[in-house]
Amino acid sequence: MGKTLYEKVFDSHTVARLPSGQYQLLMGLHLIHEVTSPQAFSMLEERKLKVMFPERTFATVDHIIPTSSQLRPYQDALAEDMLRALEASVKKHGIRYFAPENGEQGIVHVVGPENGLTQPGMTICCGDSHTATHGAFGAIAFGIGTSQVRDVLATQTLSMDKLKVRRIEVSGRLGPGVTAKDVILYIINRLGVNGGVGFAYEYAGDTIARMSMDERMTVCNMSIEGGARCGYINPDAVTYEYLKGRTYAPKAEAWERALAYWESVKSDADARYDDVVKYRAEDIEPMVTWGITPGQSVAVGGTIPAADAFPADQRESAEEAYKYMALQPGQPIKGQKIDVAFIGSCTNGRRSDFEAVVEVLKAGRYKVAPHVQALVVPGSMQVKRELQARGWDKIFTAAGFQFREAGCSMCLAMNPDKLKGNQLSASSSNRNFKGRQGSPTGRTLLMSPIMVAAAAIAGEVADARQVFGIHS
Amino acid sequence: MDDSKRIVIKGQGIVLHGNDIDTDRIIPARYLRTVTFEGLGDHAFEDDRAQLGQQGRVHPFDDAKFRNATVLLVNKNFGCGSSREHAPQALGRWQKGIRAIVGESFAEIFFGNCVSLGVPCVTADAASIEALQKAVTADATVTVTVDLKDKTVSVGALRVPVRIPEGVRQQFLDGRWDTTGELLANRDAIVALAKKLPYLGGF
Ligand code: SF4
Repeated sequence: MGKTLYEKVFDSHTVARLPSGQYQLLMGLHLIHEVTSPQAFSMLEERKLKVMFPERTFATVDHIIPTSSQLRPYQDALAEDMLRALEASVKKHGIRYFAPENGEQGIVHVVGPENGLTQPGMTICCGDSHTATHGAFGAIAFGIGTSQVRDVLATQTLSMDKLKVRRIEVSGRLGPGVTAKDVILYIINRLGVNGGVGFAYEYAGDTIARMSMDERMTVCNMSIEGGARCGYINPDAVTYEYLKGRTYAPKAEAWERALAYWESVKSDADARYDDVVKYRAEDIEPMVTWGITPGQSVAVGGTIPAADAFPADQRESAEEAYKYMALQPGQPIKGQKIDVAFIGSCTNGRRSDFEAVVEVLKAGRYKVAPHVQALVVPGSMQVKRELQARGWDKIFTAAGFQFREAGCSMCLAMNPDKLKGNQLSASSSNRNFKGRQGSPTGRTLLMSPIMVAAAAIAGEVADARQVFGIHS
Repeated sequence: MDDSKRIVIKGQGIVLHGNDIDTDRIIPARYLRTVTFEGLGDHAFEDDRAQLGQQGRVHPFDDAKFRNATVLLVNKNFGCGSSREHAPQALGRWQKGIRAIVGESFAEIFFGNCVSLGVPCVTADAASIEALQKAVTADATVTVTVDLKDKTVSVGALRVPVRIPEGVRQQFLDGRWDTTGELLANRDAIVALAKKLPYLGGF
């Protein structure tokens, strides 16, 4: 009986079995940012401990960074304090820091892959729940809390339980205008927001195999929205092609040895899974969330489901969602007037995400509707430069989008980019929780980048395929 | 290390109904702009509290009868969403501090964060949770007892069996939930394994 990638990597990184029965797992890569690390460094200091593997720890700043101007000191004194704390810690402990002043900063889940830090067969952790993004490379990657950040800083290890593995197979051709974001929203809709608790998700099937690395990252990114702490895709030629030549990727003969290692960690053909589910790509339509959890979604042509369409334990949440979102069951999602459009985040803030939008914008004289504030926020400074080098920033601004500096921005609005009052936002991010985009009564509709662009132009939720005339 | 043992936790209860209560609601993101966890307790559920307040309703965390509570009774998938440890830290710093949580299920990262802080999260079936919540709602002054040794939670005469992963239960019983020391004890094994992993040596 063969093993899954999850089991292989878990086993090869196990230091010991702890008295509690949990496993002590070595972390191959530890990414840190300004929000969840300051308290961890303080705890380290209190205990007079050092960072055990500073060379395997990498830092950047993403959550609090303003996207209108990165000039220091930040206008928000609290944000300035957090960044100073991070700067002091990385300096003191000799940690490589991807700094704004060097043009290297970005969302931690964009910076890791683009620098070639994220590789197959690694264990990766970060004090951030979207760390599963890195699983797109065939790594076991998961989010941790601040006390665990402290543990990893001090010992490069964590105590963990072994997860079960669910294989999610998607096969067939996605229709035109249907994207990786729609695939993951569809999966979460089917399996539920806590369907993945206790599981690692292995995404597989020919639909996934045909995806680019950027698309695979979009899928793995939202594993946590489905309750799965980590999600991964077995590495293949697409993975290796992406890694080749990146700053931290192995070079020359080391590359050949790396390839052998990466191939060896793939799930075996006869691996045993705790569960297998299968979906057909043809069944997936562009998806839009209508509620307050990422599982409350419909195909763009659909209507908001009635509470009795849900299992009993989800009805209360549906009722709460109708109220909060000011939407009624039976209403079509299409035609809902939006106030804000946001394209960015660690889910959809990479070059190809913006490229998809540029492609459709280029085809016509599209303009953002006058009542809509539309933001384009690159996931990293490198992504921003790539967009500018291609002149895409101008395509966005000519269409009426604001082209901003890199960061998390309105994904969770810890920086100055926030919704006001109960504004309705079409967003390419990953969470539609109450208050998520910075206003306690703000409302979020999650969708793919081209669907956000379509909504920005129509001024209301619209089918990107109709707005942009996307046909096969 | 005796005071780090978590065997029986007793205190008044507070009932918070609802599934999928995420950490953005437990502590809104604007309070993450801080380099310490101090003062977070006052902001627990701040937006939910304000919204109910505007509707003329009272959130449990504003309800005077729950002011002395240390045991939180919730429903399904509590603590989902963001990994922020600020969430259990805020609960632990609210009023007298939440010392144990009883619910139908918990999100994994939240559960782990609570372990790191010495706060056990135990689960029971929906009917038991409903019964416990009813009992505490009827009389908030009654003592809720979370017994990790027996794996039960009781309120007055009502006593229900609860679940908690065995390894975690042992950590609480032995007072070993603060993991850093235990992990560090294996320093040699950590270094040895790091030498063996091909990518850590640059292949
Ligand atoms: S973009 Fe959003 S989800 Fe991603 S790391 Fe930033 S705040 Fe978290």
